[in-house]
Amino acid sequence: MAEPGFVREPFREIRQQHEADMLGMYIFLATEIMLFGGLFAAIFVVRVLHPIEVVEASRRLHYFIGAINTGILLSSSLAVALAVQAARAALARRAALFLVAAAALGVAFLGLKALEYSKEYDEGLLPVFSDPGRFSGPVEHLFMNLYLISTGLHAIHVTIGVLLLGGLALRLTGGALRLPDRVIVVEACGLYWHLVDVIWVFLYPVLYLAR
Amino acid sequence: MTDSNALDSRPDRNDPHDPGLSETMTERESYLRAGHTLRSWLLTTDHKRIAILYLITVTVFFFIGGAAAVLMRADLVTPQGDLLSNEGYNRAFTLHGVIMVWFFLIPSIPTTFGNFLIPLMIGARDLAFPRLNLLSWYIYMLGGLFTIYVLIAGGVDTGWTFYTPLSSMFANGHVVLVAVAVFIVGFSSIFTGLNFIVTVHKLRAPGMTWGRLRLFIWSHYATSLILVLATPVLSMTLVLMAAERLFGIGVFDPKLGGDPILFQHLFWFYSHPAVYIMVLPAIGVASELVAAAAHKPIFGYWFVAGSSIAIAIISFLVWGHHMFVAGQSMYASAVFSFLSLAVAVPSGIKIYNWTATLYKGHIALDPPFFFAASFIGLFVVGGLTGLVVAMMAVDVHVHDTYFVIAHFHYIMVGGTVSAYFGALHFWWPKMVGRTYFLVWGRLTAIFIFLGFNLTFFPQYILGYLGMPRRYHVYDPAFQVLNVLSSAGASILAIAYVLPFAYLIYSMRYGDPAGPNPWGVTGLEWTVPSPPPKENFAEIPVVTTGPYDYPMELESRDG
Amino acid sequence: MSATRTLVLAWSALMCLLFATVGASFVLTGPWSIVTSLAIALAKAALIFWFFMHLREEAGLVRLVAIGAGAWLLILILLSMTDYATRPALGGMTN
Repeated sequence: MAEPGFVREPFREIRQQHEADMLGMYIFLATEIMLFGGLFAAIFVVRVLHPIEVVEASRRLHYFIGAINTGILLSSSLAVALAVQAARAALARRAALFLVAAAALGVAFLGLKALEYSKEYDEGLLPVFSDPGRFSGPVEHLFMNLYLISTGLHAIHVTIGVLLLGGLALRLTGGALRLPDRVIVVEACGLYWHLVDVIWVFLYPVLYLAR
Repeated sequence: MTDSNALDSRPDRNDPHDPGLSETMTERESYLRAGHTLRSWLLTTDHKRIAILYLITVTVFFFIGGAAAVLMRADLVTPQGDLLSNEGYNRAFTLHGVIMVWFFLIPSIPTTFGNFLIPLMIGARDLAFPRLNLLSWYIYMLGGLFTIYVLIAGGVDTGWTFYTPLSSMFANGHVVLVAVAVFIVGFSSIFTGLNFIVTVHKLRAPGMTWGRLRLFIWSHYATSLILVLATPVLSMTLVLMAAERLFGIGVFDPKLGGDPILFQHLFWFYSHPAVYIMVLPAIGVASELVAAAAHKPIFGYWFVAGSSIAIAIISFLVWGHHMFVAGQSMYASAVFSFLSLAVAVPSGIKIYNWTATLYKGHIALDPPFFFAASFIGLFVVGGLTGLVVAMMAVDVHVHDTYFVIAHFHYIMVGGTVSAYFGALHFWWPKMVGRTYFLVWGRLTAIFIFLGFNLTFFPQYILGYLGMPRRYHVYDPAFQVLNVLSSAGASILAIAYVLPFAYLIYSMRYGDPAGPNPWGVTGLEWTVPSPPPKENFAEIPVVTTGPYDYPMELESRDG
Repeated sequence: MSATRTLVLAWSALMCLLFATVGASFVLTGPWSIVTSLAIALAKAALIFWFFMHLREEAGLVRLVAIGAGAWLLILILLSMTDYATRPALGGMTN
């Protein structure tokens, strides 16, 4: 499809530039997958080494809050997909609206996550901050450490995503980002947000639903 | 080297009033003169200028890492180890490892020659993401500054491998800071790899099909795949190690139910493929130098190209051979031992094809050929001893001895550093537009080869006899071999410094090189030396294969 | 607008899968539990990649990148498991 827009150096045509941008973004996402992959490998190894203790530790997590958070992220992904669709049709206001909705859902996710951390703190389950003596055993302590690192790293990604989406919405409404010339920016940020969603889709069952 | 095709006449050397004493017409229009301010260099997005920035910084780190090696070799002359303290020796070899691996070997050939040549070889004006390319240099510098800070602040003593629980519970020194430095420089690698992959896919000139790509491009493509897929795992491993050290999270600590060997799994999942990050670009350089020296099409083009990709893939399946004596299960060790032997197949294919390319060629005895020949010889020795240590039963005997040190230095230093200097001598006329004294180039190659073998061959014997690595106090029976090794190291040090004298001299006083000083094929030799900022006045249309010999345009007298 | 409908349908499928994975966690235990939850997560990821992340419209190359990342992750996990699944003292390391 012939897309409108301008060609930057060193590209010769718009289609080539679009494909290069998409490929570059996807390769970046592949590195994100491998980054979290190392963490998943560590979680799996701990589970293989201590199957019973890990299940017990997992049962003490608030799987219900996690489920709601999964739903929130999935819905925000839908909003971002709709925003990209609007941006492609050069409907800047509509796209900005969907982006704001997605960012708001992201903030809601972070709020629930914070609530969850505070509940875990009360229960003596939050590593670093809680008294280590309150864990039922070393494996639970280890599991909660991995839980905090992986959800914390994911929360950092969500925060970056919220800032990206919010900034994008501002630039769209202010006219700083011209559509449909620069639609690739919306698409690339969208891809990032979806990947953050995908990572959570795996973190949720692996951490909360180990049975 | 004759300059029959140098178009520009040189200004009069004897006229002291000629302001253009050291500048030719081509140079005036080249990328080197496209801006004279420091700002025009530090904010450039031109891949050629970024390559020069990398060339300078990477070389500086090579000499810092080399200085640590000099300290160690001087300390090892006597069995008592009376130059450095125990702690000081540990810190010297750790910094040597960290700097050489992450700040020299991994970035060396890709970021300098890859950056400079990939767009020129595929007929593009720049890499796909020029600003990302500049960013990756700044990230590299940031990581480098962290490392230099650690060096000044007192160093680390864990070895470059950061094994737990030594690094997480016992080591003194700035472990976390070095981990941060390596973490940062990882992003530089990732961005470079990403840029190369997209560039090779999307920016080839019209007619530049995959079968017409130079082997240098193929091997850099394979390298980039590893950079992108392996580096993030190292980043995560270092995060976990730092968290273990700072907060005691326990993932590598058996007391909390963790597993110290898990660190080694994650670390070598990156670090074994990283060996191929270091050696694949060198293999690409060797392919170019061999074809150029023989003035023949490369023998078995698709096999050489395919074996680069095969090496990239197999490199991910072998990491467990570092852990035969670490407590890994015997079954896993057997699997990894078997898979490790498989890497020898694509590597062997390359060696045979290079030899077959040289067979009956009109070989030009220029410096690049000397470096290529030296590369092949040392790579064969390093590779064959690699098979020795890949076999479980033998590895139990030589594990953590100087045998292993000698093995990987044959690959890393004998292979990659030789190729780095070979590339420097081959493409130097293209980069600066001037030729150097070829005699000096040949002498350097010979000195490197001799000095290298004198340094590291005794270490094979030392290791086989049982001298362990990472100790500076050793059995006096080993002294003769250690003195030999240190003597070789001093020859090697001189041979490494030498080129910088005559290469820098050539920048001002060398003869203009002309577009194609070696008389070889390739798009980069069709543009002026040094190339203009936009590389090609007009994007070329490619109609021939990569090693289209004999050339029609001009022929050299053999 | 049929494109919007496709996206909303994909989202509904994702929500159903979310209920399925939570539901399954009450019923299944042990290896079946982890296999099921990972299979559902993979299905969700596939839906997100295919519909939300434009893989549907992209060329084969971009699809290859997406699959490649997953394949490499599998190498990391499976080959590590050749060690952990065959350790003689499995589980006995820490009492």
